[in-house]
Amino acid sequence: MRIYCYIAIAALVSLLIRVLPLTLIRKQITNPFLRSFLAYVPYVTLAVMTFPAIIHAAQSPVAGVAALIVGAVLAWLGAGLFPVAISCCAAVFLIELLLRLM
Amino acid sequence: MNRDQLRRDILRGARDGLPIALGYFAVAFSLGITAKTAGLTAAQGFIASFLNHASAGEYALFSLIAAGAAFWEVAVVICITNARYLLMSAALSQKISPDTPFFHRPLIGFGITDEIFGLGVARPGWLSPVYLYSAFLVADLFWASGTATGITAGNILPASAVSALSVAIYGMFLAIIIPPARKDKVVLALVLISFAASLAFSVLPVVRELSTGMQTIILTVAISALAALLFPIKGKEGGAAA
Repeated sequence: MRIYCYIAIAALVSLLIRVLPLTLIRKQITNPFLRSFLAYVPYVTLAVMTFPAIIHAAQSPVAGVAALIVGAVLAWLGAGLFPVAISCCAAVFLIELLLRLM
Repeated sequence: MNRDQLRRDILRGARDGLPIALGYFAVAFSLGITAKTAGLTAAQGFIASFLNHASAGEYALFSLIAAGAAFWEVAVVICITNARYLLMSAALSQKISPDTPFFHRPLIGFGITDEIFGLGVARPGWLSPVYLYSAFLVADLFWASGTATGITAGNILPASAVSALSVAIYGMFLAIIIPPARKDKVVLALVLISFAASLAFSVLPVVRELSTGMQTIILTVAISALAALLFPIKGKEGGAAA
């Protein structure tokens, strides 16, 4: 029972954090600074979360660097979400396989 | 919205949700192993993951349960680890068409994760709520079942597969941020500066002690605010942002 209380509290707090801004900010923001700020937030936050985390996500940092390079190049060339994601996985799998054989 | 468009958005959402779901399964699987040590059953793990769907927040939750922490401590820690969703929710509020009925707002909010947010901002124009719901449901069901599977069957996936799958999410982030960076020099500079600053935060004394969630918030607010001051976006209103 105590575990369900923990889960309920965590779920409620997470829900409020996610829902409040979306329900409170109902209008298009006209202030140029705030508009620009919110427009830049996605790129910055995703970039910050990607690097250097991608390097440490795999077992070997070398494989992580390979995934970063493969992903960045394919994305630059215009590949979609799924192809890029799968290619990164494949890069890690192959590099780690090679490392084990060496 | 007509039925063809509705069906197209649902299918597209499921398709874009699938790579997220694969990555989620792998991450949630290892999360399940942590949950098991905290004494959660597979059903409890499934429920906790389905409702919270936040990796850092759940790691913290399970460790706190294992430590027998107070309820208020859980509330505070979840606030801190998940605070970045406040920013994402605020950013998404600007992508919702004025014609969208109000009930979609809390529902879209509930579905916010780093990856679903990524999908939402990757598409130009106003958000399609059903597209996001579809992607979120696919991803979250894999997330919740990954956790439950991790709890019941600790070690069925070989370590090499878990390792490979764990970069899927980052590959997806790259696919979201790199194409706009190629088109817009400001975005390209922002991405590179964010990479560098994030690397710096991970090695510099003092700041590296902060949780990754807190680092993400500080860097996001600081870099985005600076960019907004130096390069304000001019242009007409209406879903054009991000």
